Amino acid sequence: MAVVFDKPKMLTDVPFHYCPGCTHGIVHRLVAEVIDELGVEGKTVGVAPVGCAVMCYDYFACDMIEAPHGRAPAVATGIKRARPDNVVFTYQGDGDLAAIGTAETVHAATRGENITVIFINNAIYGMTGGQMAPTSLPGQVTQTTPYGRDVNTAGYPVRVCEMLSTLDGVALAQRVTVDCVKNVVIAKKAIKKAFENQIAGRGFSIVEVVSTCPTNWGMTPVEALNWLRENMLPYYPLGVYKDTVKGARLNEQSK
Amino acid sequence: MKGNEALAEAAIQAGCRHFFGYPITPQTELAAYMSKKMPKIGGTYLQAESEIAAINMVLGAASAGVRAMTSSSSPGISLKTEGISYLAGSDVPALIINVQRGGPGLGGIQPSQADYWQATKATGHGDFQILVFAPSTVQEMVDLVSCAFDLGDKYRMPAMILADGMLGQMMEPVSIPSGEGKQLPEKPWAVSGHQGKRPHNVVNSLFLQPQNLEELVKERFARYEQIKKTEQRAEEYLTEDADIVLVAYGASSRVARSAVNAARSQGIKAGLIRPITLWPFPTDAISRAAGTAQHFLCVEMSMGQMVDDVRLTVNGAKPVAFYGRTGGIIPTPAEILNEIQKLAGGAR
Amino acid sequence: MSNPSKDLNILLAGFGGQGVLFAGKVIAYGGLMDNKEISWLPSYGPEMRGGTANCSVCISDKPIGSPLVVTPNVFVAMNLPSFDRFIDAVEPGGVVLIDSYLIDKKVERDDVKAFYVPATKLAEENGLKGGANIILIGKLFHEIGFCSAEALDKAIEKCVPAHKSHLMSNNKKALEIGMHA
Repeated sequence: MAVVFDKPKMLTDVPFHYCPGCTHGIVHRLVAEVIDELGVEGKTVGVAPVGCAVMCYDYFACDMIEAPHGRAPAVATGIKRARPDNVVFTYQGDGDLAAIGTAETVHAATRGENITVIFINNAIYGMTGGQMAPTSLPGQVTQTTPYGRDVNTAGYPVRVCEMLSTLDGVALAQRVTVDCVKNVVIAKKAIKKAFENQIAGRGFSIVEVVSTCPTNWGMTPVEALNWLRENMLPYYPLGVYKDTVKGARLNEQSK
Repeated sequence: MKGNEALAEAAIQAGCRHFFGYPITPQTELAAYMSKKMPKIGGTYLQAESEIAAINMVLGAASAGVRAMTSSSSPGISLKTEGISYLAGSDVPALIINVQRGGPGLGGIQPSQADYWQATKATGHGDFQILVFAPSTVQEMVDLVSCAFDLGDKYRMPAMILADGMLGQMMEPVSIPSGEGKQLPEKPWAVSGHQGKRPHNVVNSLFLQPQNLEELVKERFARYEQIKKTEQRAEEYLTEDADIVLVAYGASSRVARSAVNAARSQGIKAGLIRPITLWPFPTDAISRAAGTAQHFLCVEMSMGQMVDDVRLTVNGAKPVAFYGRTGGIIPTPAEILNEIQKLAGGAR
Repeated sequence: MSNPSKDLNILLAGFGGQGVLFAGKVIAYGGLMDNKEISWLPSYGPEMRGGTANCSVCISDKPIGSPLVVTPNVFVAMNLPSFDRFIDAVEPGGVVLIDSYLIDKKVERDDVKAFYVPATKLAEENGLKGGANIILIGKLFHEIGFCSAEALDKAIEKCVPAHKSHLMSNNKKALEIGMHA
């Protein structure tokens, strides 16, 4: 029988522990497919975050390190400086990348550290049970903003791609989502570009994936995707914020 | 050569090509030396955005299998404790240098030994130890740097040089052995790409099953027991016939030695045990002395931290007195001699 | 004190920028070139310029115990606050060397041997601005011979960085002036 669909080589046989409807699974697969297509698994080292994806070291078949909370870009810097021929990526959530690890993120980016960052933005702390994230929307109800995020006391969300796109060390800053087939295809292209940039030595590349958390949002997977389209995407517009290959600086909505 | 520069050159000769740091007095010469030297020998000097980032860069580089290090001073070491705990929990060797200054808080910038507890008992959260070396001369700083890298690699654990502002700032004659042709150990556990030739390596400190975590911690502690048996180091000075045995490390041991000499010239039989490893603590030398000495006198540039370990080791067999200065003040030989005289008077 | 086999515990003190640490380094290297045990320990503070600076230099035949000189047997004072702060700490029988152009005071103790050299003035007069520290070293060398003449030459060469080698002749001139002051 002809095999028409298979698991990427870059993924191990360990079953994902993610909740039903969580988009981590899709993004893991996209990363794995890209590594397979580029044929670089043997020289890839991944850095796992703290958060829901903490155990992605069990799922990716390349060498992996589990970093302290927020420090993945610093750990990746260490690996890349020690082994410049390796392909080094981090896989981080919003709390990890945009709260406790903001300094590490911004400085790895401004140094133009030649690494690839996959950033899952689902506007909530998933693993710890649904607390406010740096990217939680104004008015969003979470465990720690039970009356909705009040920007007067809790401040405003961080728009990571917009912020990083101002830095000279950044080669690619693109925001994508995986809510439908069309967007999954765009997301994969962005992830591939982020890895190709590293292989070509172009500097720091980040792909922000606007994602869902049905469990902590208290929704079904379908409701969560609708909520994402109606609430997340207006606040976090998709598109290329910086692409040094294309010379793009502004938000050019991917068509 | 200043102590801080000697530490840096010694690390280079020990095969270290990856330094990650953040500026802090009184260790700045070390980083400055690295920034000058590393680019010329194909190494990495990276000034990180924080001490936290620096130690995590060390975690990354060391996990990739190279000899990596960072250096700081007391307040900066507090920030690094997160990464040190992860290094220990992932069994990754690396070198951390603490050129101690006065604390707590921002404290001062003068020499101090107030981080003994932190270095030997709590360099981060969790059940673990790191190797801690306490040089007392610039030459010994050099010698212990390569020893710390070697033993760290051997036992797969972080190692610390616990120096202080005095040792870092002072100059003394020093000879640094060339590291040319030095063979560094293989690290088959490192994450540097499996090249399709082996299963993937994972450097990790997360073990959600309590049984697994307990087993791993116990395995680590079995290693620690082995280290306690074989790696204790101490210098004994005039202890054989001593009635009063001083115990002091690092900068304060130099002052203590001067005081011992002064006491001897007055006919007081004083001696000195100088721990060179603070972890493992040199219990053998101190236990031996507990059989022959009448008194112990622990001298530190702190309010008394190592004295706890001396008392645990002596275990009530003999009285253990303490003399310390803190806040960045180095005790004088005369002050210590005065304490020795008090004990000698009491002994008569 | 002219017996160089005795342990030398030297304290040099003055304002930052006077070259106190450099002078200490030259003395320490002098001892080193004679194969003695030596140590050099600077005071260090938050300020980069101005403020007070002092340094401890020990030269001995035996390994140095505490490198921090608390009771110097040689004290070189380059400003008044330092003079006031340390003069009573000098060991009886010790040597005190004073830049008398900057310190308008005499040593009142009679158990130490004092030398007065208007080093800063001599430096200015001879076009050696900033060379007072080296003039004082010349004087100290003349009075206590902390190392051999050959060692002193080598020490100066060692301490002057290559990119400042044009200052070498000035330094040697300053030493000469000090030796005859």
